[in-house]
This record gives sequence, structure tokens and C-alpha cells, in this order.
Amino acid sequence: MDGPAILVNRLAKSFGEVVAVRGVSFEVAPGEVFGFLGPNGAGKTTTINMLCTLVTPSDGRATVAGHDVVRERDDVRRNIGLVFQDPTLDGYLTAEQNLRLHAELYGIDSALVPARMRQVLEMVGLWERRKAAVGTFSGGMRRRLEIARGLMHSPRVLFLDEPTIGLDPQTRSSIWSYIRLLRQSEETTIFLTTHYMEEAEVCDRIAIMDQGEIVALDTPAALKAGVGADRVSIHTDDDRAATAAVAETFGIEAKLSEGAVTFSVPSGEAFVPRLFSELELPIKSVSVSRPTLDDVFMRYTGTTIRDAEEARGRQANRVAMQMIAGGRR
Amino acid sequence: MKATPDTGVATRPPATPAVVRVHVPPRSFRSELRAVKIVWRRELIRFANDRMRILTALVQPLLFLFVLGSGLQQISSAGTDGVSLKTFIYPGILCIAVMFTAMFSAASIVWDREFGFLREMMVAPVRRSSIVIGKCIGGATVASLQGVILILLAGAVDVPYDPLLLLGIFGLQLLLAFSITAFGVMVAVRIKQIQSFMGLMQMVVMPMFFISGALFPVAGLPAWLGVLNRIDPLTYAVDPMRRLVFNHLDISQTARAALDPGVTWWGWHVPALLEVVLVLLMGLAMLAVAIWEFSASE
Repeated sequence: MDGPAILVNRLAKSFGEVVAVRGVSFEVAPGEVFGFLGPNGAGKTTTINMLCTLVTPSDGRATVAGHDVVRERDDVRRNIGLVFQDPTLDGYLTAEQNLRLHAELYGIDSALVPARMRQVLEMVGLWERRKAAVGTFSGGMRRRLEIARGLMHSPRVLFLDEPTIGLDPQTRSSIWSYIRLLRQSEETTIFLTTHYMEEAEVCDRIAIMDQGEIVALDTPAALKAGVGADRVSIHTDDDRAATAAVAETFGIEAKLSEGAVTFSVPSGEAFVPRLFSELELPIKSVSVSRPTLDDVFMRYTGTTIRDAEEARGRQANRVAMQMIAGGRR
Repeated sequence: MKATPDTGVATRPPATPAVVRVHVPPRSFRSELRAVKIVWRRELIRFANDRMRILTALVQPLLFLFVLGSGLQQISSAGTDGVSLKTFIYPGILCIAVMFTAMFSAASIVWDREFGFLREMMVAPVRRSSIVIGKCIGGATVASLQGVILILLAGAVDVPYDPLLLLGIFGLQLLLAFSITAFGVMVAVRIKQIQSFMGLMQMVVMPMFFISGALFPVAGLPAWLGVLNRIDPLTYAVDPMRRLVFNHLDISQTARAALDPGVTWWGWHVPALLEVVLVLLMGLAMLAVAIWEFSASE
């Protein structure tokens, strides 16, 4: 594919007086796994819905697979796959019937359907269950089947809106392993949203969204590097003496946190040898932790994702209500 | 490897080196027809899978026909000139049976929209109008199939099994079911909650049914009821249905005149064909509104 898979220029959406997305701009390269990270109500789903042609933007432009999301809606739709937050499978039908229906809806050459179906079902580990009614599937299996269905028509861009929401940790990790596998085998660009910090690390690049705006956009590593310091924690027999010694020897202010002497240094791993050779105190254990995306989110928004969600819970609800009531403007 | 729920599947090695790639053709008239067919077929599959619904939708019409029909017989026999009350209300019951089912089909559009199937259709490369048309044809088919059960009961209410009559009834039912589904879809597109839809339908369907003349002859009504009766769209489905059924009954002229007087506008006898055309036009108009609304909604 020539050009970016997704190109977004000052895209905005308001529902009545509530501004859900305030002019975001970004580009996603073909084959990239691009993540939207942010608390509920940050505008992630609205952005996805605009890119999928489900919601008309109030302002700005966007192209997906080279087609304008407003003017070339049908061409966009032919080239995207979509996995919704809420399941949209037909519980009355079997896994196979659901995929067949989808293939028919997209007008896929019926000679290719069996092979393609087998491929996507095997990829998500549901080939053996193809004859079972979807109504009997667990939440994780349904999500996997939806991913398979989203891939059925070989989309150039696959949108995953909170692919792991409401699933248990084990299922979540298996979903992510499918997404990793998918990117190796399918050459599909993946655009996903999540509000789980640890999961965003699967992405090549992440846009952090807060209150309808992108506050940061980079690779997970670069975002974390932007936060800077690694966190070093040491256990000693005499923590107070250790705190003083760290301050004296390295000129670093250490704090007692969760029973350990904790301080920040730019490069934690390189600092450990110095720590042992220069600090004249016996150290029982040491741990170095890199900054997490939680720290990144904190850095850019001044709040943790959990607090941001609670604070905006009411506003998010309002936006959601507006979206449900949408249509009339 | 056994795919037990959610476990033991993540370890599957990345198999299948050759990716089967498929191509999605541009949107065309054929793809729209396909979409109509998919929605239609799904409506049938859901109907076939939901036996409970088939039964529950029959309860009300049967209650009216046999319980009300038999129960009121004693006090009405003087006025029906020997015609059983059950026979008299049978055409009306044929109409409301499909009406309830068609409404139910339309209701699922609210349901589908929030939870699933419809949302998937809405991002597919097809027109919204195809979805609405498929839905209306599907609702009409399902309701008519339900109507067949009532047609089969003709003998129980002394209506002959004349092939032409049965075919005519089926055709009228199909038409009515289509128009009612279109009406239901038109309303459903605007309503986002299934509870409000059901409430509204109760408020609309029952009065329409009672006023339509399904249970009484439409001549000599009190003025206010006469006016409401002529406004009620269902009147124009019940009346031709009754004329059709009564054409095949062996009854006296006085009975016919009393029980099947036909709808009049300011003294003018409205021909059955015009009534049928009216129902069709209303159905098409509501279909157009439903399409327009559905295409404009996000």
C-alpha cells in the first residue's frame, strides 16, 4: 500500500455541547500496530467510530487505506475490519455460519471462503469449534471469533476497540498473543484502543488521549524514556543510614517507600555496579524498574488513569448517552 | 489440541505460512441484493429458532377468536343472522395475528442495533436502505408464515378451504405484514430502548386493533367512532379481508349486509381494491421514511 494506512488531520467531533474529540492529528504507517491509550471517555471510541465511518466528523479530515472517511465511505468500509467493544455475533448461528454470513455480506468470492475461513479460525484456535453455536461460547471465545470475523475479508486496517475489556487476565494475554501473531502473518495494520497500561506495550506506537486530545504520541520505549528516570529500590539493615549514605555518596535524594530505600536515576542498570562499589553499607537486595506507561500517563496528564476515569466518570456517561441518543442533531 | 474455553490455545505455533488473501469487490447493485437477502434470511432463521415466539404470538389472536368469539356468541346471536360470531371476527383476527408478529420483527431492530448484528451490518460496504428493505421483507415473510397457522384454522370457524380464498388471504396478510413492519421499523429507528418501543407499540397497536372494525361491523357506528375508524389505517386491511372471506360464505343477503357493510367515505362505498392500494401506499411511504431516517442516523 502506498502512503499511510491512516491519515488524520484535525479530526473533531461534538455531540451537542459535549466535545468528545478536539481536533486530533496523526498518521499510521502500513503494517503498524497503533494504540490509543486513555481513560474511558477520553474520546477513543468516538475517534474509532469516525475512522470506521460510523460517526460523521464535525470537523477535520481523515483517510483510511487512502480513502476519505466521509466522501468515500464505501471504499473505506471495504478495506477495514472492525471488532467492537460489545459482541456483535449472532448467538443463534454457529461460528462457521457467522463467518459465512460475513463473507457473503462483503461479497467475497465463494471459492475462497472455505480456505480463508479455516485460516482465520485456526489463527484464533476455534477451528475445532466451528460447528458450535456461538451462544455456547465463553466471553473470550466470542472475542476471538470476532477477531477472526474482522479478518475474514482480508482488511487492510483492523480496528480493535478495547479488544480485551471485560475478559479475565489469562484470556486477555491469549488475545494479545493472537494480535502479535496476526501482525506477523497478515500484513494488516492494526489500530486499537485500550485503557490497560500494560497492554499498550504491544503497540509499535501509542497515542495517549485525554479529554479528547492527543497529549503524547511515540513508541512505548520513547514515551517511557521521556519520563526519564528508572526507579532503584534497595533493602538494607539500616534504611535510615542508607538514605543518608545515598544522599552523601551520590548526591541523590532517596525516600523510604514500601519498606525500601527508593530513588530515581537516569539509567538504573548502569548505576547498580556503582551502587555496590561506592556505597559503604551492606546491601541485601536491589531492584531496578523501568518507568511504566502509567508513569508516562501521569507525566502527560498529571493524574493516574484510574483517577482520571473516576473524575470523568460523569462526563463520560454524558458523552455515552449523547452517542446513544445520537442521530438527531 | 483441544480448544477448551480460553486456555491452552495461546501456545499454538504460528502455522500456515501461505496466507489466503481475499478481495472485497466494490459496492454494486448485486451486493445490495445480497445484503437484502442476508437480512431477510436471518429474520427467517431467528423465527425458526424461536418456537416460543411462534406460540406466544398465537395466544392473543386465538383468545380473541375462540374465547371472545364463543363467549359473546350467546348475547350476539340475535344480531348476526345465524352467522357465528367466530366466523364474523375471523377476518379481523387474520389481520391482527400478522400485525403482532410484524411489530415484533420490527422491534428487533432496536435490539439488534444496540447488541450486535445490525452494528456489524452498518460498517459493511452496503447501503442502509438494503438493511431496511431486507428487514421489512423479512418481517412480512415471518408474519405471513405465522398467519398461515391461522388460515389453517378456517374450517374451525366454518370458513371453507377454497384455494382461491386461502391464496387471497395469504396475499392480503403479506401486504399488511409488510406495511406494519415498515411502520414498526420507522418507529424503531427513532427509539433506542426496547422497553420504550414495546410500550409505544402497546399504545398504538391495541387502539388500532379495536378501532379497525376487526370485532364489529363498521356501519352505523357512533359519529366519533366512525371518524376514528375511517382514520385508522388497519380499517383498510380488515375490510377487504372481511369482504374476501364473506364472498366465500354461504349466508343470507341480510346477514351479509349487516355484518359486512363495507367502509364508506361520506356515503361513498370504498372499493376493496382501493383499500388494498391504500395499505400498500402507506407501507411504501413508511418504508421510505424508515430508509431516510436510518440513513441519516449515526
